[in-house]
Amino acid sequence: MGQLFMVGVDGSDGCRRAVDFAADQAARAGADLLLVHVIEWSRYEFLSPSEVAERHRQRERELEDAQTRLLDPLRDHLKAAGAEPRTVIRFGHGAEELCSAAAENNACQVFIGRRGRSRVTSLLFGGVAGALVQIAPVPVTVVP
Amino acid sequence: MIKSPFRRALFPALFAGLAAAGPAAAQTAADLAGAPEQGIDARINEAIGPVADVFAGVIFYSIPVMGADLPLIVVWLVTAAVFFTFYFGFINFRGFGHALRLVRGDYEDPNDRGEVSHFQALTAALSGTVGLGNIAGVAIAVSLGGPGATFWMILAGLLGMTSKFTECTLGVKYRRVNADGTVSGGPMYYLSQGLAERGMGGFGRFLAVFFAIMCVGGSLGGGNMFQINQAFQQFVNVTGGDASPLAGRGWIFGLVAAFLVGIVIIGGIRSIVRVTEKIVPFMCGLYVLAGLVIILVHWADIPAALGAILTGAFSPEGVAGGFVGVLIQGFRRAAFSNEAGIGSAAIAHSAVRTKEPVTEGYVALLEPFVDTVIVCTVTALVIVITGTYGTPDTDGVSLTSQAFGSTITWFPYVLAVAVILFAFSTMISWSYYGLKSWTYLFGETRAADVSFKLLFCVFVVIGSSLQLGAVVDFSDAMIFAMSLPNLIGLYLLAPVVRRELAAYRAKLRSGEIRAHQHVPPAGAPARR
Repeated sequence: MGQLFMVGVDGSDGCRRAVDFAADQAARAGADLLLVHVIEWSRYEFLSPSEVAERHRQRERELEDAQTRLLDPLRDHLKAAGAEPRTVIRFGHGAEELCSAAAENNACQVFIGRRGRSRVTSLLFGGVAGALVQIAPVPVTVVP
Repeated sequence: MIKSPFRRALFPALFAGLAAAGPAAAQTAADLAGAPEQGIDARINEAIGPVADVFAGVIFYSIPVMGADLPLIVVWLVTAAVFFTFYFGFINFRGFGHALRLVRGDYEDPNDRGEVSHFQALTAALSGTVGLGNIAGVAIAVSLGGPGATFWMILAGLLGMTSKFTECTLGVKYRRVNADGTVSGGPMYYLSQGLAERGMGGFGRFLAVFFAIMCVGGSLGGGNMFQINQAFQQFVNVTGGDASPLAGRGWIFGLVAAFLVGIVIIGGIRSIVRVTEKIVPFMCGLYVLAGLVIILVHWADIPAALGAILTGAFSPEGVAGGFVGVLIQGFRRAAFSNEAGIGSAAIAHSAVRTKEPVTEGYVALLEPFVDTVIVCTVTALVIVITGTYGTPDTDGVSLTSQAFGSTITWFPYVLAVAVILFAFSTMISWSYYGLKSWTYLFGETRAADVSFKLLFCVFVVIGSSLQLGAVVDFSDAMIFAMSLPNLIGLYLLAPVVRRELAAYRAKLRSGEIRAHQHVPPAGAPARR
């Protein structure tokens, strides 16, 4: 059982840089890679009855989109570099889910890209990276 | 699904039923072409009023009891609610805590994340029930039945919790999962399949079709005309009353509203719904909060108001039909508001993918509590405590507006916004119930889909032009008629629900179903 490095991924540019950086670090340390993508979801969001009826199909579509458009291309990109990453999709709040995923998979490090948003938006909404740094159970590397 | 020849025969029949509305719509079109515009509302009233009267006369067939006319349909609803409350051992009270825990997500399976949560199912169903029934309907009850109607309304709400529990459990149990992964459910399905299991297939299908037809009517009446009618009335109230530029021109307001509803349900523009669905719960909270503020401002009058409610409930003075008359008003408006026993909520809840049908029943029993015991009671207390209920020539939403306005002068404007939003969200929810019934009757085709949605928009215009009395009678008649087939089904299928409930409780006891502890993410900062 080797070490496991986890990367939080989304569709941003920073994410691609974080994946490359993490893959490089993992290759040096001989660690395995885990790519985790979180789809924002809250059990307390309000839906109309027709949205309730559509929700299951919507969820299937979200899962498929995330897998085919985001995770598969990233995995192929890493495979070309000789890595064998696993991928996971979770629903919930970004930073919280990344923490749970890190704990469940016994990751020893987490890598995450920085969105690089302006100061105002970060102040208002707080980035996932910032929140993760605050609550992560293991060391976090934020890749600019 | 219904066999095709039958369906072909049903189409003309149903349209014949709606033909009453047809001439009116045609008439409206003709009027628009070249009549003095002041007359349009009046003409729509002339055309539709008599039809509404006939419907109401049939559904509200009454027998004289103690000097009051007691509509049998009210007895029908109350009897069922009382029966189920005893049959399920007062689950409306004993299951309350468990229902709250389910809504909070304590029993959520981590693998189901991203699906519809119990909380979302509850709020989606509430968006259909919290509407003008809670604001205008309550005012109607108090102005006709006096303060005592409040007592019977609360009692009806508490009893109705069990009816909701029963129908929503069945809705989930007998739903149908379609090929595309969507779910169809509701009384149409538990009546046809549930009764088929008990060897009454033909009877079940008949009840299912009967329910679907009435549900289409209910969605056009209580879920549409009543909502838009009262929203328009409040709009006129805050824009100058009789001097308002739109007074007597409800059809203009109706056209605008129909356009907005149309782009959502036909055009599929979800953004409007997203916005309203977000605002409505807060509006509902604001409404209740404002009501509580008014009650507190009048704190010295609280004992007198409670006295008036209790004495008015059992020995009213000056109410037509005495004690029975008050009881009827309270029960009638409570049932209209929370729809317990009507079957509509079962359509909304059945879409939720849960392994245990009973959990959806538990969650649903909170609906009449929120809708009637909280929201309706606040409205009633404000009207009683401010003493506005004796005002002549004021009924429905105008009375509620006046009661709130007597203490918070600017609140009628807020109420106008709230009322329009409530009406809109209720209409969107009910258009879905109506559509599901319509497609059950005519098949899930594009033509059936669009034809119903267009019809729904036409009724928005009709509803805003009519007088309140005609709208209330038609809306009530249709909504209450839904309870005829629905409750027959609930009586026959009650043992099924009881078995489900016993099995679920056994799983809870054995620990097969456990509350998932809300663990904070590992490494979360410990609270020092």
